[in-house]
Amino acid sequence: MSDTFSSSLNKIQMQIMWDRLIAVVEEQAQTLIRTAFSSSTREAGDVSAGVYNTRGQMLAQAVTGTPGHVNAMAESVGHFLDKFPIETMKPGESYMTNDPWKGTGHLHDFTVVTPVFRGTEPVALFACTTHVVDVGGLGFTADGRQVFEEGLYIPLMRLASDGQMNADLLEMVNANVREPAQVVGDLYSLVACNEDGGRRLIDMMAEYQLETIDGLGDKIIETSRTAMQDAVRALPDGVYTNSMTTDGYESPITIMATLTIKGDQVGVDFAGTSGVSSFGINVPLCYTKAYASFGIRVVVGNRVPNNSGSLGVITVTAPEGTITNAQPPCAVCARHVIGQMLPDVMLGCLHQVDPTLAPAEGASSVWAPVLMGGHGTSASDKRGENFTVTMFNTGGTGARPMLDGLNTTGFPTGIRSVPVEISEALAPIVVWRKVYLENSGGAGKYRGGAGQHIEVAHREEAPFAISAMFDRVDHPARGQAGGASGHRGRVFTVNGETLRSKGKQTVEAGDRLVLHTPGGGGYGQAQTRAPEAVGEDVRLGFVSVEEARDAYGVISDKLGNVDVQATEAARAKMERT
Amino acid sequence: MSDKGGIKLSADIGGTFTDVVLETPQGIRATKVLTDYDAPERGLMEGVGIVLDQAGLTIKDVDLVIHGTTLATNTLIQRNGAKTALITTDGFVDVIEMAMENRFEQYDINIVKPKPLVDRTLRLPIPERMSAQGDVLMDIDEAAVAAVVPTLKAAGIESVAIMFLNAYANREHEDRAAAILSKLMPGMPISLSSDVAPEIREYERSCTTVANAYVRPMMESYLMRLKAALRDLGSTCPLLLMTSGGGLTTVETASLYPVRLVESGPAGGAILGAEIARECDLPSVLAYDMGGTTAKICFIDDGRPTTSRAFEVDRQYRFLKGSGMPIRIPVIEMVEIGAGGGSIAHIDELARVKVGPQSAGSEPGPACYDLGGTEPTVTDSNVIMGRIDPSNFAGGRMTLDASKSGSALDEKIGTALGLETPMAAFAVGEVVDENMANAARVHAIEIGKNIATCTIVATGGGAPLHATRMAEKLGIDRIIVPNNAGVGSAVGFLRAPVAYEVVRSRHVNLAHPNIAEINTMIEDMRAEATAVVEQGSFGAPLEAECFALMRYIGQGHELSVSFPARTLTEDDVADLAKSFDRQYEKNYSRSVPSVGTEALTWTMTVRTASTDSIRTAEDPTKSESVVPQSQGTREIFDADTGQFLTAQVYNRTELSAGQKIEGPAAIVEDQTTTILTKRFTAYTNDFGYLDIRRKTEGAAQ
Repeated sequence: MSDTFSSSLNKIQMQIMWDRLIAVVEEQAQTLIRTAFSSSTREAGDVSAGVYNTRGQMLAQAVTGTPGHVNAMAESVGHFLDKFPIETMKPGESYMTNDPWKGTGHLHDFTVVTPVFRGTEPVALFACTTHVVDVGGLGFTADGRQVFEEGLYIPLMRLASDGQMNADLLEMVNANVREPAQVVGDLYSLVACNEDGGRRLIDMMAEYQLETIDGLGDKIIETSRTAMQDAVRALPDGVYTNSMTTDGYESPITIMATLTIKGDQVGVDFAGTSGVSSFGINVPLCYTKAYASFGIRVVVGNRVPNNSGSLGVITVTAPEGTITNAQPPCAVCARHVIGQMLPDVMLGCLHQVDPTLAPAEGASSVWAPVLMGGHGTSASDKRGENFTVTMFNTGGTGARPMLDGLNTTGFPTGIRSVPVEISEALAPIVVWRKVYLENSGGAGKYRGGAGQHIEVAHREEAPFAISAMFDRVDHPARGQAGGASGHRGRVFTVNGETLRSKGKQTVEAGDRLVLHTPGGGGYGQAQTRAPEAVGEDVRLGFVSVEEARDAYGVISDKLGNVDVQATEAARAKMERT
Repeated sequence: MSDKGGIKLSADIGGTFTDVVLETPQGIRATKVLTDYDAPERGLMEGVGIVLDQAGLTIKDVDLVIHGTTLATNTLIQRNGAKTALITTDGFVDVIEMAMENRFEQYDINIVKPKPLVDRTLRLPIPERMSAQGDVLMDIDEAAVAAVVPTLKAAGIESVAIMFLNAYANREHEDRAAAILSKLMPGMPISLSSDVAPEIREYERSCTTVANAYVRPMMESYLMRLKAALRDLGSTCPLLLMTSGGGLTTVETASLYPVRLVESGPAGGAILGAEIARECDLPSVLAYDMGGTTAKICFIDDGRPTTSRAFEVDRQYRFLKGSGMPIRIPVIEMVEIGAGGGSIAHIDELARVKVGPQSAGSEPGPACYDLGGTEPTVTDSNVIMGRIDPSNFAGGRMTLDASKSGSALDEKIGTALGLETPMAAFAVGEVVDENMANAARVHAIEIGKNIATCTIVATGGGAPLHATRMAEKLGIDRIIVPNNAGVGSAVGFLRAPVAYEVVRSRHVNLAHPNIAEINTMIEDMRAEATAVVEQGSFGAPLEAECFALMRYIGQGHELSVSFPARTLTEDDVADLAKSFDRQYEKNYSRSVPSVGTEALTWTMTVRTASTDSIRTAEDPTKSESVVPQSQGTREIFDADTGQFLTAQVYNRTELSAGQKIEGPAAIVEDQTTTILTKRFTAYTNDFGYLDIRRKTEGAAQ
């Protein structure tokens, strides 16, 4: 075999093995979803899956999954290796934790790590994470004052040895959670998906006669790092700051970020951010890193696969004691409320680098109402069966530099909504309405995505409780480049009660809960939006005739027919005032 | 229908070509004509005329016409279906637009979501509500149903879909709404979600129902025109339609549920694979079809393709999962990827070679067509690697310009990567072969198959070129290239049974099942399916097959578990739970203890019984074979050494049974070429198939 051929062949094979590795972890994620029990995993896809070298560096992650998990899990494997050095690991073992600081930010996320052996040699680690339906404690809520109230805390432990599940651990889990069959079932599916990935990796190594994947892994990391560095180097050096104020729990929270681009490196620091909350919306640093780096990677080098090489180009720091680096025993259960705002803060910095790069702010934090009924829900005598069900609902995304925002679409989260028919089959609730909310997207040359109106009742008209973890109720998603803010979110009942955006509250017998998810911010000045685009929004019911006139200066009838002359006049008048 | 003798015609209308195949006791005649977009039946009839003339027959001699088509798929992709309205539960008009509320590509802020088939102003809300248990929470407002009629008329609506929440549990409100509309608008086609896709999950059910309504008037009118065209020529024989599930159905049923025809073309290739599995006694087959734009892969166990109930049409974003429209219908389970002869190769941001899904199509086509295409395609890579002979392409009807292939590959691939032309071609070939192999691997794991034990059955113009290299990648030892591989789908239609699948959603906790109720449901399903099949089975014996879609209580995704199609006993039901455990273990290593089992969805397929009288082929390796006369030689790139090896070239039409060809070799026929790498030997069996075997270890030089 000639040298040129051998080096050409290596180049081609190396790419093929990389693609294969990505296919392997995608399969791992699909197995997790297909075998999972909790609705957040199986319907919403609140998961992540990835493969690591024996030094704990992530080589590939599944496309399916959500950034908060993936990027946090990227670091998690290192903690496992610190406690269980690779040379002590044995075939048939799996490890787990739900440590918020060493996993993915709250007790509801179970992370499982499984070493893969070629003969007796460890060659790689597979890791996966899923959000389980319950971990005991207060449930999925922002109400906790300390992490100890938030449920069962499992340190880094062995979940399986010799291919047998750790019965003692499963029994502890079983005794501590509200839905034991589902939670234990999810642990089985986490192990199954890692093992599945491991088998496929071993097949691949046999096919290419590889004794180790270290060479391949190093090459993947190096190629990705270089590509990411190239993307960063294409941006001008500079220091960019941005701050955003969100509702918080007991008081508003300001997130302050400084983004520094220097050569081929990006640094982010959260100095100046508000201190921790007394409630469960605090964010462990791992989750801060996950969403801050996602906010950058989504527009810079976004075609470079996610792995330790591409992630390593971004350094994220936050002073201890800020809400972006909360320490134990802070409560962290609803850390997504703040954490999912971080990409918007990053994109606000990047807008200063290049205005065509980043969209306006969006609803961002997913609206995931946890509805509960039965014992302990209300003082009322009328109580239905015990139940807990979580729905995932989204607001609008921010308008893009050249496109409208997406109506009711999750960003930055990667999860899907749970079908109404599934929620209604799981719990005695009825969703009476789930439609787009008129005038909710922020006005702009490009309109922010619309939020939605959701109306939920108890099927037997019994009282039920809602654990609210919502934001952008007081502080809307801001527009960019002259675009208007999106509509604020609202939490209220049909009988006219206003509920708080955070905390467990009761919807009384016969009343219905109403949620208005926030709209995304607009991009560019509303008066420059094409009149026919405004007319189309009116025709489709996203914008009212009045909003078209007042916000856009477009005079249209209900069918969206634009009066061109009147519009020109109205816009001229807006220009003058 | 394969047991019926006589003369049969089959036609497959694809995006570019319409394939027509005539089968008589004397053999098969095939032709390809261009698809006529304005009146597809015209192209079809042209092809019919050609094969009948060749055989010296007229349409009156034909006993059966079978037809499959991608017309319904194209209508969905090109968005040129009927003006459709959706009547739905008040408060849920946005279900089809909100979809899953996610982004199908996480790392792209500029994605655009597919537009729903029905405009928001034509999604009309009706006050009514069923519970998940099928109880009425709010009675339907019948006056509100009647009140939509003026809107439908004003908008010129041609087709109506009705989708009410939880109608999978109780269809009464959908039926009442349909009754009111039919009375007020006689002749208006109405598609109900409880008929088209009676399964939980409102988004998928809505999409399927709306898609059905959207293609229905066009398909109905097309099928009626086709029927008339055949009748005008004097045909009195039945016309049956191929469905995506692999069974044949009548024109009447196809007109009511045209969404079931969506993937009917590729289904033909899978059925042919199944037939060959039985003929050659192959327990596991990987049916591999590769055309100009895509490749399809389907697994066949024990002579029967794997079927499923979920499918996504019109993926808008690089074939990415989630960027299309989910359709819940019975389909032959297959993966389709953007890998065909016309697929374009390029270099991505990381200097990696990528192939497809963009295709050069037939215009401008691959660079070597010399019709103005400058992008390197898979066909160009095959020309440079010697897999395709540029001087003898498509039976010599076309001459290819290899220098154009070379310069396109150099310019777009080789220069940037520092690869010589042959290595650039090899990189493209390897990437596309690996893409297909990878799709096969992922799919095998999804459905729990051991790929190395499969035999590849290669159909379509592209598959025989790539099959041996795919086999090397997948560790597969045997490949069959049937006769008329280039028109494999249309040949496959001739082998399909008349069949219909009925589905019911009914939740049963296996710990305390109501067996009488299950039996009543099964009998209902049998009656419904049988009534449909009998319209086209002409008294042939029928068989039934049943599956329960089961899971552990609390899971959200089901495994399909087979059960006997008879009145069930307590033991049968207990066995069902055990079979589920076994299958779960097989797929996911271990079953989950102390969790109950539940069944959600039940399916029954009634079909004409397959005959056992199928003639099986002799194993050609068991008898003496002779080496035929080669037509010459050609240089073909060898993946192991990077050298070109001299390969013998054979003309397939001149081969006969009992011959043996050692790789490296090329076996040329009009519609395709079979490439043997040096690791393989081809035998011709007594059916004329190429039965290709991996040489025993050490035999390869």
